Amino acid sequence: MRGQLAALSIAAVVILIGVPLWWRTTETYRAWLPVSQIQELANLQLQLSADVEVVFARGTVTPEQQKKVPLTLTQDDEHVVDGDLRTTICDLMVTKYEEADLSLHTLSESPCGSLVVYVIPESSSLLPEDVDVYVGQRRTALLRIGAQTRVGRTLEQLLSHLEPRVKQVLQVMSFSHTDITAALSDRVRLSPGNKESIADSMRAFKSSPGYEITFSLLNPDPKSHRLHWDIEGAVQTYIQPLLRKLAPLANFSIDSQTLYYAMLGVNPRFDSSRSAYTLNSDSLAHVINPVEARLGSNAASSNPVLNFLLYVPDAHHSPLHINDHKKQEVPSNAFHSPRWGGIMVYNVNDFYGPEAAFPVDINIDMAKVMGVFLAQLRLLLGVQSSAPPPRFLVAPCSSAGIADWELDRLMWSRSVENIATATTTITSLAQLLDQIGNIVINDNIAQQVSSAVTSLQLAVAELESGNLRFALQYSKEAILASERAFFDPSLLHLLYFPDDQKFAIYIPLFLPMCVPILLSLLKIVSDARQRRREKHAKAD
Amino acid sequence: MKILTLWSLFSTYLLASSLNIENHAAQFFSSGHTNNWAVLVCTSRFWFNYRHVANTLSVYRSVKRLGIPDSHIVLMLADDMACNHRNPKPATVFSHKNMELNVYGDDVEVDYRGYEVTVENFLRVLTGRLPPSTPRSKRLLSDDRSNILIYLTGHGGNGFLKFQDSEEISNVELADAFEQMWQKRRYNELLFIIDTCQGASMYERFYSPNLMALASSQVGEDSLSHQPDLAIGVHLMDRYTFYLLEFLEDIHPASKTNMNDLFKVCPKSQCVSTPGHRTDLFLRDPGSVLITDFFGSVRKVEITMETINLTDPIEQVEQSPVNGELQKERNSYVDQLPVSEIIHQKPKQRDWHPPDGFILGLWTLILLVFFKTLAFQETAVGSKPPYRVQ
Repeated sequence: MRGQLAALSIAAVVILIGVPLWWRTTETYRAWLPVSQIQELANLQLQLSADVEVVFARGTVTPEQQKKVPLTLTQDDEHVVDGDLRTTICDLMVTKYEEADLSLHTLSESPCGSLVVYVIPESSSLLPEDVDVYVGQRRTALLRIGAQTRVGRTLEQLLSHLEPRVKQVLQVMSFSHTDITAALSDRVRLSPGNKESIADSMRAFKSSPGYEITFSLLNPDPKSHRLHWDIEGAVQTYIQPLLRKLAPLANFSIDSQTLYYAMLGVNPRFDSSRSAYTLNSDSLAHVINPVEARLGSNAASSNPVLNFLLYVPDAHHSPLHINDHKKQEVPSNAFHSPRWGGIMVYNVNDFYGPEAAFPVDINIDMAKVMGVFLAQLRLLLGVQSSAPPPRFLVAPCSSAGIADWELDRLMWSRSVENIATATTTITSLAQLLDQIGNIVINDNIAQQVSSAVTSLQLAVAELESGNLRFALQYSKEAILASERAFFDPSLLHLLYFPDDQKFAIYIPLFLPMCVPILLSLLKIVSDARQRRREKHAKAD
Repeated sequence: MKILTLWSLFSTYLLASSLNIENHAAQFFSSGHTNNWAVLVCTSRFWFNYRHVANTLSVYRSVKRLGIPDSHIVLMLADDMACNHRNPKPATVFSHKNMELNVYGDDVEVDYRGYEVTVENFLRVLTGRLPPSTPRSKRLLSDDRSNILIYLTGHGGNGFLKFQDSEEISNVELADAFEQMWQKRRYNELLFIIDTCQGASMYERFYSPNLMALASSQVGEDSLSHQPDLAIGVHLMDRYTFYLLEFLEDIHPASKTNMNDLFKVCPKSQCVSTPGHRTDLFLRDPGSVLITDFFGSVRKVEITMETINLTDPIEQVEQSPVNGELQKERNSYVDQLPVSEIIHQKPKQRDWHPPDGFILGLWTLILLVFFKTLAFQETAVGSKPPYRVQ
């Protein structure tokens, strides 16, 4: 009796206290994650809206029509892009399109993300003959109305004729379907389009919170050339304006260095017809690797690095020209590598005669050099893109380095890209944590995830209402938080136990303890049964 | 007539050459990658595992020779053979008997050495979950346009690879790590080569796209070593990597050899084991994949066609003297080690764990003895009816 009581009480302790205690002490701490909101984000529906103001100049609409032009028109284009048209009438009294552009800009300072399109009559001499649209430096465009709509046109005809043209301008200056699809290529597998689109998407760096830019001067022949370059001044004058404008997108840090006795890895060939050394385009690919090992990189940060190299060929191999595929000399004498940087060859043999005393002091013309580097920088950062449609004239790049509408376009695509990347990160993190039950989720990770989700929702809302600057800011916060959560060092899954290993661990611990308990319980049960049988037998 | 044939020949030649240029340009962008990374891991320690270090170093050497810079290579060696006390030729690691090829060279950059080569560090490198203090050279900073080569060698078994004789990585963990890399788009294409016994079991569980895998032996087979060197006293290389190195020595940065040739390296007659490969997860046809897509680093280049006309003169950067002297910038070192925190920290509260091992066994013993004595008492006392006083 006493033994039975003991066995029963031990079994009770084991089951009621032991098992829950073991369960609780071997479970992992998992903070709460907003899983439902993350699921919602997974079905991402983006709506971008841009404000377009259309101004009709005198002579494009008749006075009666003037009164009937609707003041606002909302356009829904495809399923992603949507624009808001506002129309006004005005007088245009200038003769040259560049002046027009500048003076029009003073009329209305358009906020970030919006556009103004000025419609001018067919007969206007503002734009040259073969050009229908002029895209200016700021957020304005001049659109020449077509000849078809001259005779007896109604307002509806006019507007229906105008809509696709304005849409085309919008696609060039703000965003187009291909731009958005390219930015979403993280989530949407980009089907291999034409080579150009692939090349475009491969060339520019992906969105990152910071970039490092390094300017290097390679002097393989210090015995002949003593090179001086005013890199600080050049960067301050030419590069900083661009970077200041790009400040909302990312932080930039610039450094420069000079490398001596750094050779190119390929031997140039001597072309006697031009009495110059040439590098043909096939060998350019092999130039970068030998040099890259000596460039060094900023060991403190993990930001992507853009390298710009200025190579001054040695006296025996001057002048050095780069040939393109058709064996023609390249006027800029420079080439760039996608997602890496650019190299320019600067010939100095014109600066001195054969009897000069070596080493010769040479001042490098930084304006020319920076012109090339700035163009390459624009390409690599994604500012420049494919050629404009026919009959479009785009204002050449000014010394500011970037036009306002180019900045807007970059901000649109970067916001979309950030949102897409952050969404992918958060959803895959949630999926990973769900799948692997053994990973510990600390409070700080849960907090990062929550703040990322909040920022994402805000960014999507701002994109919908067209506030580009805020959308970009929220998308940057979202991406920072999501990256920090995903790459947290504590989320390492090293706890993979196959089932047979789990058995192998627990059996030697629990079996010796459970066997006597089980056996005694069985004995109790069999004794009770036997007693009941005896009682029945006695009763009979 | 002759002129016609000449003209047609000429035009076809022009057509062919222009097509050639087109194909060349097309090939530039067909692989879809802009940079290359390599993660080379040797997982065994002790002097008799010299051949594993030699394996890894020979792949390192080929990869560097074909253009991948040190900043893009993560080299993990679990033990130091070149400066081992038992090495009769210090500062060398040979790959061939008669000491023909010293794969150690003079510019080896080992990123993880000795006891730093653990499963945890390997997985951290792959997934990117490194502590913020990790230097750049120890990180795999790949992006969605990187082709990564991963080479593992050591002792392995069916479904696992042994690290440092004390822990192991299973094929499931490896597959999960690759999946996490894919989720974060940390690679464009990945080539996985493993030279261990039963190496094919390590790539059985892969499920992420764009992975190609090669192994030196099938499940149930052992990978054998090549030949011992009598002066050094150990086996110098494994057979598969030896023939792989021989194959790679013929590759130069501009060569057009493709993956199908790599699959043929070390047939059963030379290797004794049967090398295997897996390409079902790879999107491109292996015949169109160049060896240099993974082992080398051929950059894509584009000619810069446009320049910007800059006309502003350079403004002089003035030094602004303050009180007549230049304002000096104060530089200070970042706190490397939070010394004051460490000195003054309180002992951490440790979580309570249920008793394990010895204590549990002790309790079990006590329980057993208790029951036994109880049973003994029962049998000793219970069979006799209780004493009745008459």
